[in-house]
Amino acid sequence: MGSTLIDGLFVFMLAGFIGFEVIKRISPLLHTPLMSITNALDAIAVVGAIVLVGRHESKLSFVLGVLAVIAATSNIVGGFLITDRMLRMFKSSRPAKS
Amino acid sequence: MIDFLGSQNFIAIIYLVASALFILALKWMNSPATARRGIFAGETGMVLAIGGTLLQLGVDGKLQHLAIDYTWVFIALGIGTAIGIPLGLVQMTAVPQRTALSHAFGAFCVTLVGTAEFYLRTPNVQPFMMSVLCCEVILGGLTVTGSLMAAGKLQEVLPQRPITYKGQNVVNLGLLAIAIGIAGYLVHNPGATHLYPVMVGIALLFGVMLVIPIGGADMPTVISLLNSYAGLSAAAMGFVLGNKLLIVAGALDGSSGFILSVIMSKAMNRSFTNVVFGAFGQVAPAAAGAQEARPVKSASPEEAAEILGAASKVVIVPGYGMAVAQAQHKVRELYDLLTKRGIDVQFAIHPVAGRMPGHMNVLLAEADVPYDHLKEMDDINGDFPQTDVSLIIGANDVTNPAAKTDKSSPIYGMPVLDVERSHTVMVIKRSMNPGFAGIDNPLYYMDQTLMLFGDAKAFVSNIVKELSNSHG
Repeated sequence: MGSTLIDGLFVFMLAGFIGFEVIKRISPLLHTPLMSITNALDAIAVVGAIVLVGRHESKLSFVLGVLAVIAATSNIVGGFLITDRMLRMFKSSRPAKS
Repeated sequence: MIDFLGSQNFIAIIYLVASALFILALKWMNSPATARRGIFAGETGMVLAIGGTLLQLGVDGKLQHLAIDYTWVFIALGIGTAIGIPLGLVQMTAVPQRTALSHAFGAFCVTLVGTAEFYLRTPNVQPFMMSVLCCEVILGGLTVTGSLMAAGKLQEVLPQRPITYKGQNVVNLGLLAIAIGIAGYLVHNPGATHLYPVMVGIALLFGVMLVIPIGGADMPTVISLLNSYAGLSAAAMGFVLGNKLLIVAGALDGSSGFILSVIMSKAMNRSFTNVVFGAFGQVAPAAAGAQEARPVKSASPEEAAEILGAASKVVIVPGYGMAVAQAQHKVRELYDLLTKRGIDVQFAIHPVAGRMPGHMNVLLAEADVPYDHLKEMDDINGDFPQTDVSLIIGANDVTNPAAKTDKSSPIYGMPVLDVERSHTVMVIKRSMNPGFAGIDNPLYYMDQTLMLFGDAKAFVSNIVKELSNSHG
């Protein structure tokens, strides 16, 4: 038990540093799509909710799990969709129309 | 084969690959050229992780009502998709409130799972586990209501004006302290289940109280901060479930939100601690009142068109007013007309222009303005002395020269765009009323400044009409 938690802390620290270094480089141009994609990635919490529904250990955990899956899925679908829509709009200078 | 699919190693490897893909997704977000590849990486990671989890669930011997539970998982995934699609198709001007709403959804999921875990596990919970669990639901809970409040303010369902009262910080910190106190009690007495709903309730209330004093102009910081909280609560959930993929995703989201909050607070000249402790939004009531009406010069669309047509370098400064008036497409037409005449047109984007980080860039990209003409503040400030015309559309505080000169100004020290250095400044504004921050802008009374009174969209389209008629 103890070592799992320590492992988790290591992962958290390393991922935090990687996130910091990677995100620092992202241009302010793309900060809105960045926020919407991190939102979608964050919704990976859905796997925890799926396991909760699947294990069905109590009525309460089952119902909460179903609601949690709904909330997270809407973030995954909506988040990726809107990020993609935004990024498709970013175009470089094109030759002036005649 | 079945044994392997059901084993812990199989799912761990899937999660490992998904983590790598998530990091790549963010890495590729650093340039518009590779960003869409980033989405693909993120989606692949997500599908792998969900697919792997479903598969493992199916071969896991512990399942009692396999078929029923599977059905419910798929029903929930279906409903979530049905909600997610319209949320992914909102108008670009509605992106800030959509983002706030999705922070609320993410935190809602985390809080629900945390609650379920709490009731499943008590009273046999290790102290460390209980502290992480409490962390998860407190952060999750306050993010749910805080984000809903922010979304409500952005959607203008709730009043945008900051609501402040005496001792607000004491009340807020007191609420937080009570929630943490209960968490501390639960850590030592995991069986005290009756206290759990109280703790969650206080966290929810705290979220509301946290966002009440925040005005529209502070929204970029708040949204970033809530983004960070949502990520940290998800990471805490990863600890509770022993799920490293979740820890990675939460840490990435948390650091992303943190970096954005720091950038936003720097752009408003507030210290990060000032932001964290909820002291934002409390702009001291400006020393207004004594202001007498000073003369301003105004111009008609015809005059404005003439000046723009004669310029060789124009910088357009967009702000939230452009978004409100939905003027971005007209602004693009203006950009096209001027560019066709050989005039150099750039856009100066202040980090806190709009209601969330990068808001203006997305709106202008939607209107087809090429992104290499969208310039960050530090890159364009040096260009203003060579600029013939700065055209300010719906922006105010980010152009206020008092931030550089007037120590008594509430925004003194905030980095601003040096528009007053350009030869002519034109400001499209509805009237001389200061915005709700109530800060007067000396720019409007300067000799080189022309006020263009009217609705941003209507005024820009009048200029466009004049320019296309005159064929300079």
